Amino acid sequence: MAVKNQTATTADRVAAGTSENASGSAKSQEELGQLMLKRGTQSRFWWLVPTIYIVFLMLPIYWLINMSFKTNGEILSTFSLWPQEPTLRNYMVIFTDPSWYSGYINSIIYVVLNTVISVSAALPAAYAFSRYRFLGDKHLFFWLLTNRMAPPAVFALPFFQLYSAFNLIDTHIAVAIAHCLFNVPLAVWILEGFMSGVPKEIDETAYIDGYSFPRFFVKIFMPLIASGIGVAAFFCFMFSWVELLLARTLTTTAAKPIAATMTRTVSASGLDWGVLAAAGVLTIIPGALVIYFVRNYIAKGFALGRV
Amino acid sequence: MNKTLNNKAWFMVLPVLVLVAFSAVIPLMTVVNYSVQDTFGSNVFFWAGTEWFQEILASDRFWAAMGRNLVFSAIILAIEVPLGIFIALNMPRKGWGVPVCLVLMALPLLIPFNVVGTIWQVFGRIDIGLLGHTLAELGVNYNYVNNPVHAWVTIILMDVWHWTSLVVLLCYAGLVSIPDAYYQAAKIDGASRWAVFRYIQLPKMHRVLLIAILLRFMDSFMIYTEPFVLTGGGPGNTTTFLSIDLVKLAIGEFNLGEAAAMSIIYFLIILVMSWVFYTVMTNYGTERR
Amino acid sequence: MSLSWMAWTWPTATFFIVIALLLISMGVWEYFSPGGHPRVGILRFETTRGDRLFVSLLGSAFIHLAWLGLVGPNLWWALALSIVYAIGVFRLV
Repeated sequence: MAVKNQTATTADRVAAGTSENASGSAKSQEELGQLMLKRGTQSRFWWLVPTIYIVFLMLPIYWLINMSFKTNGEILSTFSLWPQEPTLRNYMVIFTDPSWYSGYINSIIYVVLNTVISVSAALPAAYAFSRYRFLGDKHLFFWLLTNRMAPPAVFALPFFQLYSAFNLIDTHIAVAIAHCLFNVPLAVWILEGFMSGVPKEIDETAYIDGYSFPRFFVKIFMPLIASGIGVAAFFCFMFSWVELLLARTLTTTAAKPIAATMTRTVSASGLDWGVLAAAGVLTIIPGALVIYFVRNYIAKGFALGRV
Repeated sequence: MNKTLNNKAWFMVLPVLVLVAFSAVIPLMTVVNYSVQDTFGSNVFFWAGTEWFQEILASDRFWAAMGRNLVFSAIILAIEVPLGIFIALNMPRKGWGVPVCLVLMALPLLIPFNVVGTIWQVFGRIDIGLLGHTLAELGVNYNYVNNPVHAWVTIILMDVWHWTSLVVLLCYAGLVSIPDAYYQAAKIDGASRWAVFRYIQLPKMHRVLLIAILLRFMDSFMIYTEPFVLTGGGPGNTTTFLSIDLVKLAIGEFNLGEAAAMSIIYFLIILVMSWVFYTVMTNYGTERR
Repeated sequence: MSLSWMAWTWPTATFFIVIALLLISMGVWEYFSPGGHPRVGILRFETTRGDRLFVSLLGSAFIHLAWLGLVGPNLWWALALSIVYAIGVFRLV
């Protein structure tokens, strides 16, 4: 690792930001010494940048939570940073009305279905891509990725026709399969990265030891890439949970996702801000729970296993 | 890794192939079929030839939406990538701060798109929103519903809020994979902060950064739900992006042929850009090895 | 289950059959002479036969669009131009 170019300007250093791990050591030079001093003070404030950023991220979310505990009268009449007369009415509306809470159940059903289908289909495919060369492998991989890149808006209309032809409209499985369009390629991409990190010798040793392929795959290989499977599942969950355009196109009532229920209610019943805010808060919770469980793998997973 | 040639691997790819082909190839063929025909509903179609393509290519509405998409993607990349790198460099590497930062930063990524739109719609309102109200108190005549500039600023702010974390987390993943020995070597050499960034951190982040740029470009180029909820494409058509226009054409005006022709042009452009990014990405990888 | 909603027409069906035949023949070619004949052409990175086919097809699509937008609806000339372009791609890229 060649480290050159020690004559960078202060502006560059400031622009590049600071980190605790890196520090210079040219003590004899006055200029560098001063810089180090400056860096020392800066590193005591390492928390400043992440904190400002997190505050920026949290403010709109806080505002939503704040609103969800207010009555509509209070939302519209007074402007306050926290609820003056806290109420649970908005949440009661959602939990007592089936047309509201069934939206959550529908969303969770198709998201889980999609995650299971995507990951189980992607596992053997990713293994094939990471271990073998075969006819048209690279082009197949790119073709898979292009589906991740195709705008859902392009597919919305023919999707409706296609799933009508198969009598799948308004079922959970329809949304689950439709979301495979972008989740399967992503799962293959992530898993392939993780699998390439497992040395091939392990496969060969297992075969010599008399393992059959399915047994080797389930007993030895899958535990080795367990974190990769977790990360892939996380991403499938995430993209299926946040997608609305296709989910809304393919459902009418029986499998309607919560996010779509929200848009309908906003337009139909005037503007019930409190209930809208409460419904929004409730859509954040499953995501927050999932992040909490996979927090230790997030950093690795975002690198798609291929750093 | 040297891979063995084995065409039986096709059988392992087959489930994925069938699953994705069902949802990708059949609809794509249908779109192509629609694009050369005209319909008045109930599956009665008339041959239209290349009319729709000519109409789209000659329509100001299409090129204006395309221009807005390109400007939007450019602004988004110009803000989110440097900001993401900057924040990733300043994140803690160990201790209690790591999980706190990761969980809180990842939170916006898991909020359904239309809820993101709703959050910002509420947040920006002058009467009930924190941002709108504060700006109004400060004497700014802020109104994202009527003022195109304000609508754009709000959408960009919303996207930065929503997606910068993706860049941050990707870069962070690249940074934590750098062994401490590299930093120690740099310390012994007396490398400056900039040199450490330029010659150690940036090369290590190069790959994840390309993934980040690729994902951010694709997703910002096909943005639909958030601006649709926030502004509905208005005021006027000033925030009507290609996807919004497409859905308007296809479902709102039931103009299948024109919408299909537009889809194809839109998709071809995305395909070219994806291919360029992907080729750069994979070839960068092979050169390094 | 009816397929009438797919609205097939002979020209589009021909188009997809041609694409399918191209892919099959590329597969057969690859099967009899594996490796895809990789080389570094004017784009300065390694390409295989498959890459060259992809670049030809994608380029042809844009040639047709440009012809429609700039010249007129007679696409036979655009097709001729695309074939010249494809030959160029297979020789040079």
